Amino acid sequence: MSELSAEGGHGAVPLKDVPTGEGVTPPEPEWPLYEVFVRGKRGLNHVHVGSLHAADDRMALLHARDVYTRRNEGVSIWVVRADAITASSPDEKDPMFAPSGDKVYRHPTFYDIPDNVPHM
Amino acid sequence: MADHVHTTPEDEHDNAYAGLLVNDAHWAFGTDFEDPLAGVDTTIPEGVDAPTLAAYALMLGDDALVMSHRISEWTSNAPDLEDDIALSNISLDLLGQARLLLARAAKADESVVPRLPDGSPAPPEDALAFFREAHDFRNVRLAELVNGDFAEATVRVLLFSVWRLATFERLRSSRDHVLAAVAAKGVKELAYHRDYSARWFVTLAQGTDESRRRLLAALDELWPLWPELFDTHPVEAAAAESGVGVDPASVREAAEGVLDQVLAAADVPRPEASRRAGVLGRTGRDGMHGEPLSRMLAEMQSVARAHPRGQW
Amino acid sequence: MTLTETPPARDLEAGFEATIARNERIEPRDWMPEGYRKTLVRQIAQHAHSEIIGMQPEGSWITRAPSLRRKAILLAKVQDEAGHGLYLYSAAETLGVSRLELTELLIAGKQKYSSIFNYPTLSYADVGTIGWLVDGAAICNQVPLCRTSYGPYGRAMIRVCKEESFHQRQGYELLATMMRGTDEQRAMVQESVDRFWWPALMMFGPPDDASPNTAQSMAWGIKRHTNDELRQKFVDMSVPQAEALGVTLPDPELRWNDERGHHDFGQPDWDEFMEGVKGNGPCNAQRMAHRRRAHEDGAWVREAATAYAAKQRAVSA
Repeated sequence: MSELSAEGGHGAVPLKDVPTGEGVTPPEPEWPLYEVFVRGKRGLNHVHVGSLHAADDRMALLHARDVYTRRNEGVSIWVVRADAITASSPDEKDPMFAPSGDKVYRHPTFYDIPDNVPHM
Repeated sequence: MADHVHTTPEDEHDNAYAGLLVNDAHWAFGTDFEDPLAGVDTTIPEGVDAPTLAAYALMLGDDALVMSHRISEWTSNAPDLEDDIALSNISLDLLGQARLLLARAAKADESVVPRLPDGSPAPPEDALAFFREAHDFRNVRLAELVNGDFAEATVRVLLFSVWRLATFERLRSSRDHVLAAVAAKGVKELAYHRDYSARWFVTLAQGTDESRRRLLAALDELWPLWPELFDTHPVEAAAAESGVGVDPASVREAAEGVLDQVLAAADVPRPEASRRAGVLGRTGRDGMHGEPLSRMLAEMQSVARAHPRGQW
Repeated sequence: MTLTETPPARDLEAGFEATIARNERIEPRDWMPEGYRKTLVRQIAQHAHSEIIGMQPEGSWITRAPSLRRKAILLAKVQDEAGHGLYLYSAAETLGVSRLELTELLIAGKQKYSSIFNYPTLSYADVGTIGWLVDGAAICNQVPLCRTSYGPYGRAMIRVCKEESFHQRQGYELLATMMRGTDEQRAMVQESVDRFWWPALMMFGPPDDASPNTAQSMAWGIKRHTNDELRQKFVDMSVPQAEALGVTLPDPELRWNDERGHHDFGQPDWDEFMEGVKGNGPCNAQRMAHRRRAHEDGAWVREAATAYAAKQRAVSA
């Protein structure tokens, strides 16, 4: 029996003997990934809140509003294509340059929010 | 009950949302609305006929309720997660409008509310939504059609929102405070619905041969119901006359102008199909509907009607 | 930075272990062991699938919600589940797999989702029971995940948990309201709780003695409590809530154990659970067919948007 872990979120899911996506060829091109930044109210920085897929910039903005602000009026949203972000590594040991670090980590580093931001 | 999910200070440091979502209303529906008209002046303006105001509010409310229901059927069926969420938002906006408008109708003229068994706790807006027969609904027929493909949803939301936005822009100056408030809020919502659907309209028209074919088919299918949106029912004429409502005929030019812009951007010619006839000259506003509405209501009203004294 | 500065693999692994030991987060561009990455992909992807499949059982009651307020609450809740799926797929994507690939694995039946969603929803009370028990169990599983070792997963979980706690309260409030209603409604609530109690306990997975690989996940900080610990916490939390609600939990062995300071309780039918995992549950086929159909029906739309974006780029180039 394959082991099942409670940490499937909504319930136990198997964590062994399950493929993880390598070698799966999607039958269609995927919409590009966008990173979403939201300014919750004036005086705050835009902060990274997550990502989404959209065919183009305009669609990404519409989707960001739906997905990450749930129609909350008065917030400012930035979207940027993930592949347009140049990122440093959080660590000097950047896997991009490491011998075994040839995987496709296509995401930019997420930003930690400094302690004082919510209270600016 | 959920006190076990409180976050430690360390987690707050990691929580990008701490400064963004500052009150619970952002997180969930149903936490902040018991009486839909709480705090709103519901006095009927001087010289306005209460039954006319109620009948007019029902028309606008039924449009929103039925359209919201059809869009809600897209939940878990949309082409992608982002659009599933977007369609739910549109449905929720319209549902919110419906709730206010039906409550307004009931408040203006109690006699429009169906009589429920003694002891029924259903508020009047629910009695209106769940205990009326199809022929008492006053929605336009465009709203009630059985859902088609995503092109059909795109065209339907576009036609509906272009028309309703033009109406609500004028309704903002209604002499009735409730209608004016609903319109003021609704204008922002409908502008988003229009932008969302117009964007998809252009995308599908200019995307692939298949998407263009589907879009044009959907437009041809829905076009015959477009003229009905601008018919002036006597109730609408009277509501406009007394300064609480908008005569649909008066928004036709504005709505057609917006629609023409979208058609031009999509390089889609205006369809030539003629309008769909009613029954003995009567259409949605007269309570004369197509076959899908009664089936839709049978499903929508099933639980509420099985438990007329139920507490929900 | 030049290639000559590249540290040897052993240092990378030591650095990873040290980060875990300091209880700090691993971020997407950090080096990580392949086993860690794969375990995370499986867990996060299947968590995401669970959210998306989980839209269906409750979603089927949106069109029948008995009041306008309940309809709005339910629609918004199911929408939140789509959002949770989206956040989680995004977190999985930081590990080098795409959402489309993961969706293909789901609809091919190669990746799983939580078996709880293979049970049918048979009355409106189920909407409340799912909120109370199923989302309650999910919260027990998910709250520790806010502190999981992988940064993007933990951050996604913070927002998910916040929304789940509302869902649980809404579900409980629906049941409490129904319990104040008619006799038929009270019977409906009890019947629903009878049906969902055991499946809710199954959500925590088989007992620990059947889970030999838990140790590695716990060492990596992916898993933070064992299945049995989480199940115990859920039972202890639910018993007083059931009392307050006025419903009976359908377990004759359920009683307080003073010595342990916890409730004793019976075991769910693990054979039935395994049937669900194998795909033979009451609604497996229906849920999968629904998801597959929605995905396939949407293909021409996604393709059109891609084609349109390409044309726009060609025009502006």
